[in-house]
Amino acid sequence: MTADAQEFLTFTLGNEHYALDILTVKEIRGYDSVTKIANAPPFIKGVINLRGDIVPIVDLRIKFNIGNVTYDEFTIVIVLHIRNRIVGIVVDGVSDVVSLTRDQLCPPPDFGVAFNSRYLLGLATVNEQMIILVDINELISSEEMGLFESAIESGG
Amino acid sequence: MPIDMKQFHAVFFEESQEHLEEMEQLLLDLDIVNPDAEMLNSIFRAAHSIKGGSGIFGFDALASVTHVMESLLDKIRQGKMMITAEMVDLFLSSVDQLKEILRCYRTNETLDWTQVQGLTKRLELVTAGTVPFTIPATSVVVDEDAFGFFNDEESAKEEEHGFFDEPVPEESFGFFDEIPDPVSAPIAIAKSASTEAYGFFENFTPAETLATSSPAITPFAVSVSNIKDKVAATAKIKNSEPIHVESSSIRVDVVKVDQLINLVGEIVITQSMLSLLGKSLEGTLGEKFQAVANELERNTREIQEAVMSIRMLPVSFVFNRFPRVVRDLATKLGKQIDLIIEGGETELDKGLTEKLVDPLTHLVRNSIDHGIESAAVRIEHGKNPMGTVVLRAAQQGGNIVISISDDGGGLNRERILEKARENNIPIGENPKDEDIWQLIFAPGFSTAAAVTDVSGRGVGMDVVKRNVQSLGGRIDIESRAGQGATFTIHLPLTLAIVDGMCVSVGEQTFIVPLVNIVESMQPASKDIKTLAGDDQLLHVRNEYWPILPLYKVMQVEPKFTDVSKGIAVLVETNKYRFALFVDGLVGQQQVVIKSLEQHYKRVQGVAGATIMGDGSVALIVDVESLALTVNNIMQLATAV
Repeated sequence: MTADAQEFLTFTLGNEHYALDILTVKEIRGYDSVTKIANAPPFIKGVINLRGDIVPIVDLRIKFNIGNVTYDEFTIVIVLHIRNRIVGIVVDGVSDVVSLTRDQLCPPPDFGVAFNSRYLLGLATVNEQMIILVDINELISSEEMGLFESAIESGG
Repeated sequence: MPIDMKQFHAVFFEESQEHLEEMEQLLLDLDIVNPDAEMLNSIFRAAHSIKGGSGIFGFDALASVTHVMESLLDKIRQGKMMITAEMVDLFLSSVDQLKEILRCYRTNETLDWTQVQGLTKRLELVTAGTVPFTIPATSVVVDEDAFGFFNDEESAKEEEHGFFDEPVPEESFGFFDEIPDPVSAPIAIAKSASTEAYGFFENFTPAETLATSSPAITPFAVSVSNIKDKVAATAKIKNSEPIHVESSSIRVDVVKVDQLINLVGEIVITQSMLSLLGKSLEGTLGEKFQAVANELERNTREIQEAVMSIRMLPVSFVFNRFPRVVRDLATKLGKQIDLIIEGGETELDKGLTEKLVDPLTHLVRNSIDHGIESAAVRIEHGKNPMGTVVLRAAQQGGNIVISISDDGGGLNRERILEKARENNIPIGENPKDEDIWQLIFAPGFSTAAAVTDVSGRGVGMDVVKRNVQSLGGRIDIESRAGQGATFTIHLPLTLAIVDGMCVSVGEQTFIVPLVNIVESMQPASKDIKTLAGDDQLLHVRNEYWPILPLYKVMQVEPKFTDVSKGIAVLVETNKYRFALFVDGLVGQQQVVIKSLEQHYKRVQGVAGATIMGDGSVALIVDVESLALTVNNIMQLATAV
């Protein structure tokens, strides 16, 4: 492992393997019942109580239209800590933690994956499997997600 | 083992700050013609306490100033010298300087010793009584004063611009530059071009010179050394005397209190989960468990109330700063103003009191500057030349109501309308007074330009309104031309807890704040009238209430869509009333409000969220903003 190696948590959405910076991960938990929020886009499932904090839950499978949108005891929520906020994302599964260096990364393709390349850090191959590195900070705080919009407003 | 004195510093700073504030308060309350001996004693004690502490910790600047103050106070106290308005002014400016010195020590900034020495010298001169209050003597005093303040501005730019503790400095200067001070106008105009601080100060100086040029009081020629001996003697006596007011409070970090509140919130949740579990127990064990659970419930409720009350502070914490603000501003503007404070003992959440300072200061300044007319104008209108500003706080149900009234000229309807037209703010035909008054809260709408002839800078009332709204409150205006205006702020009692009725819609639970609920009922189908479209009205005792189905607003799948099968909760806000249609009532409960915005964003119709007994999240309904969504139905209702 070289000095600039970074650790990533890999997860699956449908048949694709993705990875996000492990330092943003607060915890991984099972999917629990959520409280629906009116006038929210369908991919925002609602809010849950995370030890006293009211945390929104985003289903990335709905957002990017991949994978099977079912909720059972195996449904996984990755709770992330992003820009001082807590957000939970629903994914199909969590697989592994990988350590990657910069030179293992290839630039992301402009199309062909569900995510806009703006939210991608690059591609990497681990164990002959392609992993898409997601810039999770950028993605979750993007305007498209509509989660942080009020923060920008009130901050200004 | 050497004791690290630093650990006591924080306590000393806090205490000294309190003593200074107490001194300021007492000085302002002091009746100069007939000073109260006990008040003089209290001022003396405050100065003495600071002196004692600063001596121990080696804060020499504080010690030297308070020492001379003490000497002078002692003389006055013993009747050897008569207190004068000039002395009170001197004491007040000393208090200001002491606060500044204290701040320097606190932040480890370098002290300006020339200022300290200047102040000490002035105090000494007055104390010695060798320099009577004649014009030459005062001019010396004034010079040093001006110099001191000027330096202040130069050295500590980040500090507020002097005297008034201004939250919005640039605006405050707008105030002073614009208002021609009848006393000091010529000089002010001549000098205001130099620097703001300087111009500001020059403004003040002539006023003082004029005031002090009045016939002097015969001084007592007591030598300085004599007084020092006396003070030392009294100091010893003081030390041996029992302290009159035993302090029964302790200082606790707010973070700790908040932590406690959060933890209690969690306990409440755990407790309700426990009693929920207990319900599934049967037989004698179940009964016993239920009894214990009930006991626990009562205890946790009491703990919760007790903990919440820690955060409550009397509103006088905010109000007490205003006598000074009013006094200084009145002097500056050459107006005579009597400030009346009522209901200072009303308790308010600490978080609220702190955030109230800015909007209240703004409103009070506004009343004095634009509301109260100058004495000449007042006499012309047959009014008492002394204007009155009333600050009042009271609890009304679940709300705290704070009002600022003045007996000035009131808002000028025509001018506001004119200004609104200039700013292209749409106004209806023949608008009501209340609607017009609300216009002054529009951003960039300067009250100055609208209400007086002085041009304003357009910062102000919109910020006040925003501040109040961010506290979950609202602000109303009443005004009568020639008789004055009243600004009323309505605030929730506390930010953290709400008494609510839990209602169910489909699988979800919602909380309706109890303050909004009039009554709940199962409506008979004959009382439900359907209007064009889907809108429905509920007929209750000769009144028609528009029905708002909560499932539609909250977009959840309900158990019933037929109103007669569910429950109608009649709710009202101060403007609107309607019937909220829900599936059923779950029960009444006190809930801790959790912010939805912390990790998500504001949701229309939702005031916040709370955690229920089973750990799930329930949304708290914001009846006020729901009312806006039914506004169109409301209009139908009023047409009926």
